[in-house]
Amino acid sequence: MGEYISLILGAILVNNFVLSRILGICPFLGVSKKTSTALGMGGAVIFVMTLAGLVTSIINKYVLLKYNISFMRTIVFILVIAALVQIVEILLQRISQPLYKALGIFLPLITTNCAVLGSAIICSDEMYSVVKSTVFCCASAIGFALALILFSSVREKLELAKVPVPLKGAAIALLTASILAMAFMGFSGLGG
Amino acid sequence: MTPVIVLTVIGILLALAIGLVLKFFGAEVDPKVEQIGALMPGANCGGCGFAGCNDYVNAMVEGRAKPGLCPSMNKSTLAKVSEILGVVAEEKEPRMAVVCCSGDDNHAHRSAFYNGVTDCTTANAVAGGGKACPYGCLGMGTCARACPFGAIEITSAGIAKVHREICVGCGKCVAVCPRHIIKLVPKKVDVHVFCNSPEPFKFKKGVCTGACIGCRKCVRASKPGQMNITGFLASVNYDDAPDASVVDACPAKCLRLTDAPNPVPVHASAPSLAPTTGKPAPAIEPATK
Repeated sequence: MGEYISLILGAILVNNFVLSRILGICPFLGVSKKTSTALGMGGAVIFVMTLAGLVTSIINKYVLLKYNISFMRTIVFILVIAALVQIVEILLQRISQPLYKALGIFLPLITTNCAVLGSAIICSDEMYSVVKSTVFCCASAIGFALALILFSSVREKLELAKVPVPLKGAAIALLTASILAMAFMGFSGLGG
Repeated sequence: MTPVIVLTVIGILLALAIGLVLKFFGAEVDPKVEQIGALMPGANCGGCGFAGCNDYVNAMVEGRAKPGLCPSMNKSTLAKVSEILGVVAEEKEPRMAVVCCSGDDNHAHRSAFYNGVTDCTTANAVAGGGKACPYGCLGMGTCARACPFGAIEITSAGIAKVHREICVGCGKCVAVCPRHIIKLVPKKVDVHVFCNSPEPFKFKKGVCTGACIGCRKCVRASKPGQMNITGFLASVNYDDAPDASVVDACPAKCLRLTDAPNPVPVHASAPSLAPTTGKPAPAIEPATK
């Protein structure tokens, strides 16, 4: 049990995907203008990443390692993630039109979100079991969503702030992200 | 062999999964959307005022927009779309873009040697690029690259030229031109003032031999109200356009027909102060129809 707790805490806080591993920066900057969209994107990423972690670790264990073709893992994982994103998109379009429209192009872009592929590859590198991979991917995605939501609320406040002209837009967003990343460095004492 | 088989099997399984999900959980799309979507040009030019063809189709089906706003749709397609929607087609006055500048390399003086990125927006940001006239076409093809139909050519003399037969009047080039010298005009009007500088005569003559000199001869040669002069710049009244014959009255040859070539001055050597071009902008050919 303790092993899982440290795995989860480690993935969410200590080795946060965005702020510590610097993965998935594109949606982190792109969808963080409004907290409501960030919540939707965070939810979509948690769903896709958990599912991707489960499916990729099963494929890794029972197909790639069994036939000794681990070198195929990148292309196989990308294929699986792309298909999963398609399925999530179809479901989301039916379940929630406003959310579907708000996410817009970023939903198909989860396909190329390096955080999703990154988590699958980390699991396969660390030789996690299927359950452990799923837990790890879910926790990583929660970390991603946490960073995204924190950042989006900061950016909503930033809209009202007086920003020097040369720093407007992406520049101030990246500066804010770096300060947030430094704040997360404080968690490194937790271990994990 | 195993990797190939594994990849193929995984691919087929995933494709089946997507197909099943789409069949049983797919959102119901109005069949009209698909029918009209197939008829759209698909260039996503934004000339209708919506964010791309799909958005416009949705707006039409939901009754938020009328058919006929699409600038590149021909009459028969428009009739089909209207039939699917069950409404009467409304036609839009066909328009086209015109680059209002005569200052190609044969006419415009250069004040500087610009050797940077060949992009008008960039050049304009760097102290206005190489051309001495702050209203002149920079000729680096930002508009040509923005055109979804390939209707804009950068001529060998270094100026943008819109091809009337390809241009649909979507206005993308108008939005990207950093100097705001591209105008959307009714396609039926053939006479345009190819100069956009409101500066005094003395300044204009100093920087370009193709500029409008504000002589008012075109005003006298046309009916009252058809040509206007503001300061030193003539303009065509596009609601009540003059006949094509008015171009003969212009001594500066900046009042021309849409397709008329920019005349090369008698002293054809370029009146440049600096070397004409650092590296020539890559010529952009118009799309062949």
